[in-house]
Amino acid sequence: MTNDEIRAFLENAIQENKVMLFMKGTPNEPACGFSARASGCLNALGVQYSALDILPDPRIREELSGVSGWPTIPQLFVNGELVGGSDIVLEMFESGELAQLLGAEQPQATEVEEEQPQKRPIGLENRLG
Amino acid sequence: MPTADDLKDRIEQALPGARVAVEDLTGGGDHFRAEVVSDRFSGLSRIQQHKLIYDVFGDEVGGPIHALSIKTSTPGDGR
Repeated sequence: MTNDEIRAFLENAIQENKVMLFMKGTPNEPACGFSARASGCLNALGVQYSALDILPDPRIREELSGVSGWPTIPQLFVNGELVGGSDIVLEMFESGELAQLLGAEQPQATEVEEEQPQKRPIGLENRLG
Repeated sequence: MPTADDLKDRIEQALPGARVAVEDLTGGGDHFRAEVVSDRFSGLSRIQQHKLIYDVFGDEVGGPIHALSIKTSTPGDGR
């Protein structure tokens, strides 16, 4: 693939997927704490999203930053627009803005488990402990 | 290798009057967290606010500065 083809692929992914997360690793096996945090927020909201691992080819990240003007990973796009990186995603998750943007219901517990971003049941004891 | 103080100085130079706190998260000089309070952020989206900080460091973010976590607010936010 040429750089232009990678860029076209990324631009297409951003346009075609309502909620598109570019991350290091995958939602089930994030390769970086920041990516784990971002995918963990989406998992906690229970929304459907597409995720692309940028690690397989360094050019993916270069071209993505060229498209978005954003230097770091992860990057979350909603409806074709850059929402932000892990700090912004977490802030918006905690304030409820992310749930609103995605039309999801805000979960009661707003703790995001960074190590285990997979969906898991929220036990009452977690909140009491 | 940049230090937390280096980053703080450079943010303060770029955004005069800003209150800046920078923490080296790992002690390794490559993972930082910056909290910045500045009037310059008023009226800007979070994306634009964070970009103002990233722009201070350009290509260094993702290079020598492996990770830069950012928290921005304006004095009016009362935080």
